[in-house]
Amino acid sequence: MAESGDTQLYAPRQAIFPRSVKGRFRRLKWGVLALAYGVYFLLPWLRWERESGPDQAVLFDLVGRKFYIFDLVVYPQDIFWLAGLLMIFAYLLFFVTGIAGRVFCGYFCFQTLWTDVFLFIERLIQGERPARIRLSKQPMNAEKAVKLGLTHLLWLLVAFLTGLTFVLYWGNAPQLVAEFFTGQAPFAAYATTVFLTATTYVMAGIAREQVCTYMCPYARFQSVMFDRDTLIVSYDRARGEGSAGRAKLGRDLKTREQRQAAGVGDCIDCGYCVQVCPTGIDIRNGLQIQCISCALCIDACDTIMDSLGWERGLVGYSSQRVEDGGKRARLLRPKVLGYAAVLLVAVGLLVWSVGNQAPYDLAVSQVRQPLFTRLSDGRIENAYQLKVNNKTGHALGLTFSIEGLPDAELDMGRFRHIVLRPEQRLRLSARIKARPKVLDGRTYPVTIVATPDAGSGLPPVRHATVFYVPKG
Amino acid sequence: MADQSQHKAVQTTGHAWDGDLQEFNNPLPRWWLWTFYATVVFAIVYWILYPAWPVGKTFTKGLATTTFVDADGKEVTTHWNTRAEFIRDMQSGEEALKQKAYLEKVAGASYEEILNDPDMMAFTQSLAKVLFADNCAACHGLGGTPAEVGNFPNLRDDAWLWGGSIERIEQTIRKGRLGYMPSFGKVLSDEDIEALANYVLSLSGHDVDKGLMARGDSLFHSEQAGCYYCHTNSGKGLYSQGSANLTDQVWTVADVNGAPTLAEKIERVKSVIRNGVQRRMPAWEGRLSDEEIKLLTVYVHGLGGGQ
Repeated sequence: MAESGDTQLYAPRQAIFPRSVKGRFRRLKWGVLALAYGVYFLLPWLRWERESGPDQAVLFDLVGRKFYIFDLVVYPQDIFWLAGLLMIFAYLLFFVTGIAGRVFCGYFCFQTLWTDVFLFIERLIQGERPARIRLSKQPMNAEKAVKLGLTHLLWLLVAFLTGLTFVLYWGNAPQLVAEFFTGQAPFAAYATTVFLTATTYVMAGIAREQVCTYMCPYARFQSVMFDRDTLIVSYDRARGEGSAGRAKLGRDLKTREQRQAAGVGDCIDCGYCVQVCPTGIDIRNGLQIQCISCALCIDACDTIMDSLGWERGLVGYSSQRVEDGGKRARLLRPKVLGYAAVLLVAVGLLVWSVGNQAPYDLAVSQVRQPLFTRLSDGRIENAYQLKVNNKTGHALGLTFSIEGLPDAELDMGRFRHIVLRPEQRLRLSARIKARPKVLDGRTYPVTIVATPDAGSGLPPVRHATVFYVPKG
Repeated sequence: MADQSQHKAVQTTGHAWDGDLQEFNNPLPRWWLWTFYATVVFAIVYWILYPAWPVGKTFTKGLATTTFVDADGKEVTTHWNTRAEFIRDMQSGEEALKQKAYLEKVAGASYEEILNDPDMMAFTQSLAKVLFADNCAACHGLGGTPAEVGNFPNLRDDAWLWGGSIERIEQTIRKGRLGYMPSFGKVLSDEDIEALANYVLSLSGHDVDKGLMARGDSLFHSEQAGCYYCHTNSGKGLYSQGSANLTDQVWTVADVNGAPTLAEKIERVKSVIRNGVQRRMPAWEGRLSDEEIKLLTVYVHGLGGGQ
């Protein structure tokens, strides 16, 4: 028990100097990193041919209220696609986390990816773990100033490129970069770049594992999705500790036979698994909230076991069930199947919806003030507001007509036939005039039809509405 | 979970209550404390810049300001507040400037150009809708149809008292109109008025008493009543006089369509003949700018389908 005198209510961050490691998980993670960086940094520069609109493959045009994603153009009314996408991401996270634990944290989270890159830079300039520890402990001198300065400079450079690249998704990349460096870019571009440069530098360079441990909500709620069959990175305690605990490779404890005779486990207490951990924990203490499942400790231990000629897997993927003496983790369990089903349905619906995006659309709303007008020839008139939206990349001629109301006339003034420019939205007034047999105070269904010009190859679009007849 | 036996023992705050009740100490990261101090600094900066503290009946105004132009065209600078920001945004914000530029384009275009251009029409409709609501809706109703038939014409129907061409609508808005029909209550006998009412309703196809209708017909075209001066021989009315077309189904003074029985319809027409009509639309020239009148002309033209 601590004395009240040395009780610390606030703990300073313990600097972590992760050692590098080689192995299959490290290779996989470098692969994921290369892919993610390739896509993120190069995508804004990819050009794309369109009938109309920008020639950038992915462009989120906020001013024009259109998102260009390759051959897909997303309009504000497609916002539910975003809802669908977010739902899919959520279920994907539940699904994957249920099966394999914090895979997202360990392999795909940008915090992990960017920290990896910043650590790589740190190692490049300051050297391996012992060199970095020595450098941090030595008093400030020219060598330390140059090495630290260079590290932070490179971090800032990567952070700046990260921020600038994010901005490029919201404008024409080559033009925006030229404007950016000549002081002509919009204020929002500078503000966003500065903000993201700052957050990237702070999060990946300075805060690092603090983000995962103290800030990130996903890190915490993923733990809730764990069950006894979820894969976790764990230390094989029975094998590592034996009956007399772990021990270093001492005299008389060199071979496995000697160790087993002495009751000592396979763990040679080299500490490699602790040194490589980016969150600074000892995996041999069991599953901990800080563990992001990056699996680097597995690589570390495998390296040692390989060099000793012992079998791998002292630290490896396992599950609570296996640790408790069960056999391998069950994969087909209700939770996993349920998430898989929901995921499939959500993906299916989104793909269907995106695939069936109408090339143009028509929305009709009835004017309700007044509901009807009596005309000089005794007919009844209802008025409507039409909104047409040409989503195609070319001019679209439309002719309007009505169906379902006998002897009714559609009056659209001079715009019975209009030609919409590419990607043009337009509001139009329409009025329907009819001579009802009886004035019964009821509404009658009527359909307004927009028919594209012959040769466009597009089908007509119909919008159902009602015609109100006053009580006589 | 973490095997505490290999760690140092769990730290406590050192407090003990009731002899043995102790509190675990899980130290907060120190940077968390610094972010708390940062929010305090933020709050102080905020107090300095923006309205914050109540002081008696007033409050600290802060250093930030907003500048806008008031109704008299004077430039006003006030302490930062969202109301002033909104006014400034409506006057010189990015969207307001875009709207101004497009309004200039519409103001410079001819009526024919506007009527043929769906974009300018859509712009005119949405801008004039607000003007109409501010200036016209009090009498003509928000949608162009007054709350009741009688005092104000319905702008939605296709009957135009003063003409439905662009030129005549603009003239009506600019100069105003005086709708006048003399009262015949003292000039004609009640029987004459009854006969005239029957004739007038027959013009729009009502099945009325044939005898009264014939008598009304001759009265209508006589010098004694002189109805045909304004309503013309055929009863179709004159735009120059603002006299109503009596042959159609639209009634602007007597609510004939709203009357349940023929007798009631006759009564309502008789009342108009007896009492006459005096309606006045004010002139808007000088009260509204030329551009506003232009927008309203196109809008009203569109309300009734135009001529």
